[in-house]
This record gives sequence, structure tokens and C-alpha cells, in this order.
Amino acid sequence: MRIAIIDTSATRAAIICEGLREAGIDDLILIDTAEPLLRQIEESRPEVVLVNLENPSRDMLEDFFAMSRALARPIAMFVDQSDAETTSAAIDAGVSAYVIDGLSKQRIKPVIDLAIRRFQAFSRLQRELEEAKSALADRAAIDRAKAIVMKRRQIDEPAAYALLRGQAMRTNRRIADIAEAIITSEELMGDQP
Amino acid sequence: MSRETFRIGFLPLVDAALPILARELGYAADENVDIQLVRDMTWATVRDRLLYGHTDAAHLIAPLAIATALGRDRPPVDLAVPFVLGLNGNAVTFSTALAKEVGLETTLGDPAAIGEALRTVALARKTSRLLRFGVVHRYSSHNYMLRYWLAGVGIRPDEDVEIIVTSPPFAADALAAGEVDGICVGEPWNSVAVDRGVGHIALATAQIWRRGVEKVLAMRTAVADERRDAVLALIRALHKAAAHFVDPDAAEDCAAILARSEYLDAPKDAVLRAITDHIRIVPGGEPVHYPDFMFQYREAANFPWRSQAAWLYSQMTRWDGLSYSPGDAKAAAGVFRPDLYRAALAGSGAPLPGASSKLEGGLEGPTGAGSTQGRLMLGSDRFFDGRAFDPDDIEGYLAELP
Repeated sequence: MRIAIIDTSATRAAIICEGLREAGIDDLILIDTAEPLLRQIEESRPEVVLVNLENPSRDMLEDFFAMSRALARPIAMFVDQSDAETTSAAIDAGVSAYVIDGLSKQRIKPVIDLAIRRFQAFSRLQRELEEAKSALADRAAIDRAKAIVMKRRQIDEPAAYALLRGQAMRTNRRIADIAEAIITSEELMGDQP
Repeated sequence: MSRETFRIGFLPLVDAALPILARELGYAADENVDIQLVRDMTWATVRDRLLYGHTDAAHLIAPLAIATALGRDRPPVDLAVPFVLGLNGNAVTFSTALAKEVGLETTLGDPAAIGEALRTVALARKTSRLLRFGVVHRYSSHNYMLRYWLAGVGIRPDEDVEIIVTSPPFAADALAAGEVDGICVGEPWNSVAVDRGVGHIALATAQIWRRGVEKVLAMRTAVADERRDAVLALIRALHKAAAHFVDPDAAEDCAAILARSEYLDAPKDAVLRAITDHIRIVPGGEPVHYPDFMFQYREAANFPWRSQAAWLYSQMTRWDGLSYSPGDAKAAAGVFRPDLYRAALAGSGAPLPGASSKLEGGLEGPTGAGSTQGRLMLGSDRFFDGRAFDPDDIEGYLAELP
């Protein structure tokens, strides 16, 4: 079964491809979203097109599939619409599939299920990345704030950190927020005693 | 009674105003309804979220609601349209190069004359690359308005020019990139194209059909049935928002709300021009006042006339190349639900038409219309070619069209 994948995120497209290959589906076409989509689809003649729900080209794709002469009268849908559970899961995950009419449900279902899991894996990865990024930013802010406190109060690092933590606990805020406040204040007040 | 929530899908367009204002200005809260808005970038996504229950209702192009109910291109899902979110408000914008070639003026000209000039250009292009126009979805009023006009001036939409699809927020980009020579899209995207110096507005769609049905509030029929009381409350909230929207003193505030990043994320100035019917036609030009550019609230503009749905069905049949089907015609007209509109606004003072269907395009000037509540005057609803549409004789109408 030939599957074309259109995704504005190259990373997500790669994750989906990898998953499909692991499942033994290796006739995959990655559509380059910077190039004209329709010509690429026409040339590759896929049986299924996987696209993310937010893709700005969906209206155009739908028109293309409705009009298409290259593909034998495909219909736009998420699997069989009677399978409400899979469809709803697909929407939740943000995946949309255009499946050629007549492709049996048994054949497409595993592909869609896999795409859903891959989409979810991608959003999990992205969330973790965000968290890691923000943890890094927090660390940097705390380090800067510590340096400011050490210099201003002439104390050592453990004491500066204890001060930050104490303030955070008393005011019920995150240490990183206290650190941000100290940095902001330092930027505004400069070297004034 | 506990407060009911409606998640409503929308695209960033000026005619998404009513659900946004109903939420922001408290009209929904007054009716004990909580509106949550879900923004998307393509009509396909707005429709899918509606069909699969991600949203309870949607700001939708009217023909797409009908196509979905008729099962065009996908299995059918019953939809109900109890409220029209506005009439017209779209424009046809040419690239500055095409505008020059056609000889557009700096004011809105006569649709027949512009069409005549466009035909000469379009036919001359047939030997090289066809003129290409962008519309927002194959089942959009934009597609049907543009095609109605083109066919009316002797341009065959599927042979003499090309019509492709591009989502509203990307229409100005497509024009700028030279992918299309013209676009038919809702505001503020025509004005954005003009302000960027890449477009010249050729026509307002109101010049093609003076009272053309545009966006509607669509919901699954199952939702309309199961949550009937809450749906009626939602309709009342939207109707109050519409009254506020047409108040000239409110225009500035409304534009500021709509322009916000979570809604249209567009320049406030362009939004304000659309709301006040002042349209900048050419880059750097003074905005031109075109009354009725975007029509709202007055003359029961929000009433879902079954004859409007029938007209859209006639165009769908015409351009999909399918033959007329009395069953489909009935089903299409049945998507519009004047019964719900009446039930919601009975006793409110809003004029309620006595009939649910009318001759479309038959009025030259202000005419009194039968109503069961309030006094209803209807203004001119002419098509540019002077034809009228009788919903009881769709076949005869189709036979007469070019």
C-alpha cells in the first residue's frame, strides 16, 4: 500500500515514516511542502494520503481529490466514518487521512491506528522538549540571580541559594520566578545601591 | 438552570463577528450560555471538528453545510442551520497586473462592464496560461458568486479560466506570489491584499447578488434536537450581538475586539473598513463607501430563508455537473431551519417573516413583507443580471442559465 505523508513539520513526518516502516509498510512518499503539493501527489499516485489536521492546504487537497483524474475517484474521509472511535481518536491526535474509495477497512485501519499513535508520540516529544527547554531557562535565570545576590550581599553561593529558596517558600512562588524578579530589578536599578 | 457551553469553530474572518462579540460583550452570558471559540485555518478542519463533536456549532460557509448534509464527497451527516451569520461581505480582488490589463477604475465599477473587459483578457490568455482565480472552498458561496458572475458575462468558469482553492488567510499570499490572478474571499483578506499593494478590488460580491447568503451557524441536527432550549438561547445571544454590530458607535470597539491575535489576528484598520462598508479599492487610495457591502441584522438578515439554501443547491447542481434531484433539493432547503429561528425570537420584538421561502432577486427597492411579528421591510435583492430565482422551479431556472 502506497502512502503519501504531508506534514508541515519534517520531524513529525519522519516519526510517522519510521513507525510505518517498522510495521512493514515501506512504500512511503514524503511530500515536500515547499514544492507544489498537487503535482507531487499526482506523480506518486498514493492510495492513502496522511495529513495533519492543521495543514493549511487541506481545502486545496479536498478540492484536488474531488476533481482528481490521476487517482481513481477517491473520497475524502477518516477511515470508515462508521468507526466513530478511531475517527474521534484521529481527530484528537490531529491526523486526517484521505483514503481512496474501495480500500478495505481492514487494510487501512492499522495504518490509521499507527498514525494516531505516532502523532501522539510526536506531541509528547514536543511537550518534553518544551519542558526541558524551560527547565534550562529556569536554571540559567537562577544562576544569574544567585550571582547578583552574592555580589550585592557579599555572601557565598549556598547562602544566596538558601535566600532565594526561603523567599520562594514564604511567598509560595517558584524559585525561577523569584530569580526572574531579581534579574528584572537588577536590569532596572542597575548599579544603584 | 446551569449554564450551557457551546464550543464554536471559526475561521479568522470579519463575518465570524457575531459569536465572538456575543462572547466578548456578554450577550451569551446574559442568555446563560458560555461560548468557547475554536479557531482553525481551513474550512475542511472547521467542518471535521463539527462532524466529530470537537465543536458543538460552527461558523461555516453555507454551501458546505448543504454539501455535508447531502453527502457530497463524503458520507452524509444531518446538519441544521438555524441562523445566518451575515449576508455578503466578500469581494473579488484582481492582482494589480490583471487590474491594469482589464482597466479597472479606482471606484467599484459595473459588474457587466468589468466582466466584458475581463472576458477579452481571459480569452486572449487561452493560448498561453489560463487566468487563474482562487476561491476558499469548492463548496463556498465565493465559488458560486464568482462562477455566477463569470458565466453571466460569457466566461466559462471551467474552460476559459481556472478556479482553484486556497484558504482565506492564505488568499492574499497566493495573490502576492502570483499563484493566482484574482481571489474571491471574505474580509479582511481583500483589504489585506490591497494594503500590501498586491491587489485591486474589482467587485464586492454584493454587486453580484445584493442579498447573498454568506456564513451560517451550523450544527449537527442531533445537537439542535437534544439541546434545543440552549440552542434557542444561543440564537438570541447572536441576534443581540448582531444588533450591536450594526450600531455605528460600536464599530471601533467591535473592530478592536475582532482584530485581536486570538481572533482574526489582522490589522484593525482593515477590519473597521469592512464593518463600516468603507472599502479601499486600490493601494494607497481613499476608502470608498459601498452601502450593504456587508449586510447584517437589518431586514431580518439573519433569518435562514429556505429559498437561499435552494439557490445554493441550484448552483451546486449546475457546477458539480449533476442533474437536478427533487429529493436533494428538498433536503438542501431542509438544512435551513427557520422554525428554530422563529422559536428563539418569538416575543422579542425582532421581525419574524411569515413565509420561510421567497422569490430571490425579485425586489427592486424597499418592499413590505408579510410577517407574524414586527414590521418587515426588505430592500433590493437583485442579481447583477436581473434574473430572479423561484425556489419552486429550480429546474426551469437551471435551464435558463447560461
